[in-house]
Amino acid sequence: MGLKSWSLKRSPWIFHISTGSCNNCDIELLDCLTPKFDVERFGILLVGSIRHADALIVTGAVTRQAAPKLKYLWEQMPKPGLVIALGACGCSSGIFRDSYNIIGPVDRIIPVDVYVPGCPPKPEAIISGIVKGLGKL
Amino acid sequence: MEFSLKPLLYFLVFPGFLFTAVVGLLSSWVDRKVSAKVQWRVGPPWYQNFADIFKLLHKEIIVPQGSRFTGFLLAPILGLAGATLVSTILWVINLNPDSGFVGDLIVVLYLLTLPSLGVIIGGSASRNPLGGVGASREMKLILAYELPFIISIFTVVLKVGSILFGDIIGYQQVSGIMLRSPSCIVAFLVALICSQAKLTLVPFDIPEAEQEIIAGPFTEYSGAPLAIFRLTRAMMLFIIPVFLITLFWGGMNFHGWQILATCLKYLAILVFIILVKNTNPRLRIDQAIKFMWGPMTLLAIGGMVLAVVGL
Repeated sequence: MGLKSWSLKRSPWIFHISTGSCNNCDIELLDCLTPKFDVERFGILLVGSIRHADALIVTGAVTRQAAPKLKYLWEQMPKPGLVIALGACGCSSGIFRDSYNIIGPVDRIIPVDVYVPGCPPKPEAIISGIVKGLGKL
Repeated sequence: MEFSLKPLLYFLVFPGFLFTAVVGLLSSWVDRKVSAKVQWRVGPPWYQNFADIFKLLHKEIIVPQGSRFTGFLLAPILGLAGATLVSTILWVINLNPDSGFVGDLIVVLYLLTLPSLGVIIGGSASRNPLGGVGASREMKLILAYELPFIISIFTVVLKVGSILFGDIIGYQQVSGIMLRSPSCIVAFLVALICSQAKLTLVPFDIPEAEQEIIAGPFTEYSGAPLAIFRLTRAMMLFIIPVFLITLFWGGMNFHGWQILATCLKYLAILVFIILVKNTNPRLRIDQAIKFMWGPMTLLAIGGMVLAVVGL
């Protein structure tokens, strides 16, 4: 294992975007950062700027308004980077699939590396998803 | 003039870049670990900051459209060069106070502002409104803390009667550490609070207030320049306490058991700074300026008056 992949796996900084979620997955994601789960043990930090991010975590079925912004954000992310679709809506648009206002699941707009299903997924599932995604780097 | 590799070695390896970077990243780990303990968490492993820096070095460097290319990329290097130079000067003098090396307090005070200057230039060059706001706040913060900081440091100069580091360390070896006199205790307290602002840690992390302005001047930075900025910050976390120890606490001493005492002095200042960081809310920029130019400056002048009286 080279220095590059070692360091990439040891310090994934995540950036979080909601593309029209009901806020449930977002709360579960923030649960990961609380003292109970403490993802800083694995070097995972929540960053505020997309330029610092290694993993883009997308929640919510993608609405018409959010789709171009999501694409733009992915283009702005320095590569190599991961995209993680969180929750049933992010993976498959969930119950909003037939809505007039929904463009589609996240992978119709940007390439997705990891799908974490669940409504909402448990924090353990989110951590497991990020770890599996890091294996792909 | 004979060419010698020794200054280059000083600058790049031992007291300079490599040594300061490694110790700085370790101190920055102490910062994260102690913060985690305060918040009842486990915290990251010791190699975390090294992983962060190496990761950032391997990432893509994005220069935003319309930003000033040279300024954007040279600003981090300016800060790093300043921090390295300060560290080299401080350590060369501490390891060998009688060497007759002509490095004085004024040079170090100037060089200590270079990292902040790099942040200002980088933030302004990035063509990001948040970066601009962060840069302007950093500028105001410098104006705020430099006044009490310099007054408190000149209390020491007044007592010793010289601005050479060698003389200051020599004075403390002959007649005891500075912290024994009341005037220097006052000056030390002021300098300690100003270092908090110099390191832009809470309550003075106004330039990069992450809840308001994302990451301030660093918003547009990615990859290697961001790594250099983080490295500079980590190095400053090491340099500022060493600077305070040199001035007020008898200098760094490396004979026998003194090594342990030196490490303990450093850790005491570091942990104090971290605890202040973890137990305070952030000030607004106007509150910070009022605090620095009001009570802090008065306290510093009080210390100076005590020194003039002879205490």
